[in-house]
Amino acid sequence: MIELTYSRASDAADAIRRAEAEGARYLGGGTNLVDLMRETVEGRTRYPMLTRAIVAGASAQIRNMATVGGNLLQRTRCSYFYDTDGSRCNKRSPGEGCDASEGFNRMHAILGASPACVATHPSDMCVALVALDAVVHLQSTAGERTVALGDLHRLPGDRPDVETVLEPGELITAVQLPPSDFAAHSTYRKVRDRSSYAFALVSVAAALELDGGTIADVRLALGGVAPKPWRAWRAEAALRGRPATEASFLQAADAELAGARPLAGNAFKVELARRTIAAVLQQLTEGARP
Amino acid sequence: MIINGLEAPVPADARVSLLDFVREHLELYGTKKGCNQGACGACTVLVDGERILSCLALAVQYDGREVTTIEGLVDDGALHPLQQAFIDHDGFQCGYCTPGQICSAVGMAEEVARGVPSHVTDDLGVTEIALDDDELRERMSGNLCRCGAHNGIVEAIAEVYAGSGA
Repeated sequence: MIELTYSRASDAADAIRRAEAEGARYLGGGTNLVDLMRETVEGRTRYPMLTRAIVAGASAQIRNMATVGGNLLQRTRCSYFYDTDGSRCNKRSPGEGCDASEGFNRMHAILGASPACVATHPSDMCVALVALDAVVHLQSTAGERTVALGDLHRLPGDRPDVETVLEPGELITAVQLPPSDFAAHSTYRKVRDRSSYAFALVSVAAALELDGGTIADVRLALGGVAPKPWRAWRAEAALRGRPATEASFLQAADAELAGARPLAGNAFKVELARRTIAAVLQQLTEGARP
Repeated sequence: MIINGLEAPVPADARVSLLDFVREHLELYGTKKGCNQGACGACTVLVDGERILSCLALAVQYDGREVTTIEGLVDDGALHPLQQAFIDHDGFQCGYCTPGQICSAVGMAEEVARGVPSHVTDDLGVTEIALDDDELRERMSGNLCRCGAHNGIVEAIAEVYAGSGA
């Protein structure tokens, strides 16, 4: 049996001080996820892809009790990780082996995975945040620093047990969204096995700025396909300056997915991601539902 | 912590979930343990009016907060209107998910009143949300019913919170 004690910190400095105790861990539950969108209607419509990503995640009950920092730091999701009695998992026991890579891996990664681990990061919110160039503020006894959200999560490599670049005891104190001229023209689409309360098979966060029929600028990120929220840099580069047509969208998706390494059970995700990217960009081009 | 209007000291053992605290320590058996891993919604309670899953909450985290369980919705022996509506519309068969469904719906109505958008809300700029069938089903998707009483559940909630039109 593991003994557990609970103490409530008065502020960030107090939390960091208390966290120095041996075995101490931060516990979320203070900052409400939906606060991000509840603040003002203006905030909601300023970053529609973020609002849509938040309301696509989990259930209302879980969103009410979740925290922004906790969402960022949730573990990647894999049923073999949970199966402590019957499965091997390099994330649980480094060096033990991975039963998912040759097992039931329909939900698993097609991008960024390694032979050691093929689990996906389950967050919806992080997909929008990485597309919006969010910056994570950190604080510890060593001081304060910031990390781009895109650099917060590590790819598994041969150390899947280490998921982020956080130092021991570091506390997330804020997530900052830089101002964006075109985030208002953005959206988030989540494809899942049922229409609500399920993890993404593939999700797409996208923002689009058009100059006539030409793509002036674009932000694109994918969820459900990688061990971290996946910024689609290759697709973005392939889109800038191109005409906003389905052919351009599919070409850009192909550029991003050329690096896909599907497993036995999830090859469908490559085509699903390709079509979803194209559909979301088409939707933004037509100025449909933001 | 205040539970259903009565003071309850939080447990000394920090491992106790809010769900086990209300059921095993306070003997309030209305709140149900379904999956105990945040997948079914049977353990839904209200904390300061907001619905949460008590199985994923540590009781100590809610010291100083006001918790309402299904027992707390009864007003001086009279059923909550939603409880009556569940009876009238056959909103349950075995009844195991029912306390969670009802607490969830009470919290859901507050969220709608505050203008919180959902996954199916078309216009994110609206402040008044009509609780139509799509909105109601999306907002209640965190509560599963294995008996398949969802049609009755939707009718019962619609009668109380959306008029009869939903």
